[in-house]
Amino acid sequence: MAETLTLKNLKRGETGIVTGFVESDSIREEELREIGFAEGDEVQVLEFGSFGGTPISVRLNRTIIAVRANEANSIEVSRA
Amino acid sequence: MTTVIEKISTDQSEPLQETDSFTVALVGAPNCGKSTLFNGLTGGRAKVANYTGVTVETKQGSFKTPQGRQMSLIDLPGVYGLSGKTTDAKVALDVIRGQASEIRQPDAMLVVIDAAQLRTHLQTALQMRQIGLPMVVVLNMVDLARRDGVELDIDKLQDRLGVPVIPCTATRKAGREAVLNALDEMAAAPSGQSAVEEVPLKQVQHEARQLFQDVVLQEPALNKLTRSLDGIFLHPLSGLLIFTGIMFVMFQSVFSWSETPMGWIEGLIAVLSDIVIGITPDNWLRSLLVDGIIAGVGSVIIFLPQIIILFLFILFLEMTGYMARAAFLMDELMLRVGLNGRAFIPLLSSFACAIPGMMAARTLESEKDRLTTIMVAPLMTCSARLPVYTVIIAAFFPAETVAGFLNLQGLVMFGLYFAGIISAIIVAFVLRKTLTKGRAQPLLMELPTYKFPDLSELLLGLWQRAKIFLRRAGTIIFVVSIVLWVLTTYPGDSLETSFAGMIGSVLVPIFEPIGFNLEIVIALVPGMAAREVAVGALGTVYAVQGAEENMEGLAEVLRSAWSFPTALAFLAWYVFAPQCISTIAVARREMNSWGWTWLMVAYLFAMAYIAAGGTYWIASALM
Repeated sequence: MAETLTLKNLKRGETGIVTGFVESDSIREEELREIGFAEGDEVQVLEFGSFGGTPISVRLNRTIIAVRANEANSIEVSRA
Repeated sequence: MTTVIEKISTDQSEPLQETDSFTVALVGAPNCGKSTLFNGLTGGRAKVANYTGVTVETKQGSFKTPQGRQMSLIDLPGVYGLSGKTTDAKVALDVIRGQASEIRQPDAMLVVIDAAQLRTHLQTALQMRQIGLPMVVVLNMVDLARRDGVELDIDKLQDRLGVPVIPCTATRKAGREAVLNALDEMAAAPSGQSAVEEVPLKQVQHEARQLFQDVVLQEPALNKLTRSLDGIFLHPLSGLLIFTGIMFVMFQSVFSWSETPMGWIEGLIAVLSDIVIGITPDNWLRSLLVDGIIAGVGSVIIFLPQIIILFLFILFLEMTGYMARAAFLMDELMLRVGLNGRAFIPLLSSFACAIPGMMAARTLESEKDRLTTIMVAPLMTCSARLPVYTVIIAAFFPAETVAGFLNLQGLVMFGLYFAGIISAIIVAFVLRKTLTKGRAQPLLMELPTYKFPDLSELLLGLWQRAKIFLRRAGTIIFVVSIVLWVLTTYPGDSLETSFAGMIGSVLVPIFEPIGFNLEIVIALVPGMAAREVAVGALGTVYAVQGAEENMEGLAEVLRSAWSFPTALAFLAWYVFAPQCISTIAVARREMNSWGWTWLMVAYLFAMAYIAAGGTYWIASALM
């Protein structure tokens, strides 16, 4: 099985479509969903934080959301 | 994010809700423009209430509808959905679900959604519909969205949602009137909407996206300006440089811009004293008025310009959307010492006052993050300490320019703020390794589009802060000034033989080793009521000691009475302590534990003692 692509794997400026959430953590999934991440939504990596490349500012549709690298790693995407 | 600064604590505990009037709750995601709508509808006249027992703090106001109904409006903290992860969100959800013990369930909800953020905000609206309260959806910032090229079918949206949808721009009167009309209709014909079965979030999201497809005809890409500004403000290098620059300018300005208006106030106070001296005979009454009240209250009022400048910066950063960027920049660093990046906002608010800061910590999801943030909040130098710093710095540091452009006094001030921050980092780190161990909580924070702040809203915010400050001066500080005057004037003739002198001489052996003399110890005691009182207390103490010297500035009196090491020790003491009574009370309420509260008070006093002592001994050895 090919390695699943997550939001964290996208490069600066790259766009993807949310395909799901990494299953290991249902609490995190709920939190991500509540702020608005859902299957089919367009996400784009915008900026990286100064220290270790985290947090990441992500465009979710027309909203910009700051997520940490490990949270970005819970969002499965496919390249748009 | 905008809710943070809204939280002002007043110590009013009177019940705010007129139980018979129609009550409407304002609900919506953070940054949806709720507060602007609140100010628009209520004319900005809000009462901020703490409900004792439950940690609920809401802004409440009232307005009259076109048909003459008196309605009250509750502004609730921002919520995205129904899970209630943060303390803030829990409060909001408890209120609208009718589970808050001290607030009756509202009669209706105004659910505010941003017309330019429909894809995510429709999800919020659909979840709120599950609550089952009658509701009106306010489609906010519709003008702005249209200008950006968003096209939507509002009628269809209303049809599909099954509730009234009112397009509105919260800053415009016409839109607000439509909201009022909708509320009138709702109050006239109570629909009695009943509870709807809660469906899983995933399903709601699906529904929201379908709805979005059907009602939004066209939606352009995200605001280019915000993206290019983020390229600069969030840039790993330029972003950090700008951040440091903003913080530095902020603290320098608090000191330098305030000089002139402070001079005016000082002049006014002197004129007032002269008038009183002119019309009263030389007896105890004159002394009470001049040395007690005018000197005491005046020495605090004079800091109004500094407080206003500080809040001007905080409100401006908040309203432009920069504050969330600052949290973004600081997140990883704060995470490494055990704090959440989102704690940056509560902690920055604590520079104004630890009380709103501690309450703003409710936006943190993890209880451990929240506790840690509250524990270190008092280390952020609050505005009440500004007066103390200002007087001491003015007395002991020349107003020189160093390194070509830096004001030495401003630099010392910056150093004191910095000392607080460094200590907070250390304390947070230690706490996270010991008492508040636990996994880090997610960041997940919206970065709002950059906006130019609405001037009238900015002024309204400043006015509310100024009012709170002046109210304190008129109440607590007024009373403390009188009490202090009595304590320092009676029963004997000199300070040593007064009540204050007696209390002080009991305590002085404790403080002598760290360089504090009797006068300082006397001034520290009322500083417990409100920190800025310490300045007035010093004024009163030294005025009593030498009534003639009263005409000179307090700074000059201090310069001759204190050694330089003592002044430094006093500054170091104030970086950490004492906490004012209201801070301790709010910490107790927010942490809901006496154990934690005592720990906070104790560690701060211990640090204050050690820092002041260390400073005194080192400075004395060097001189």
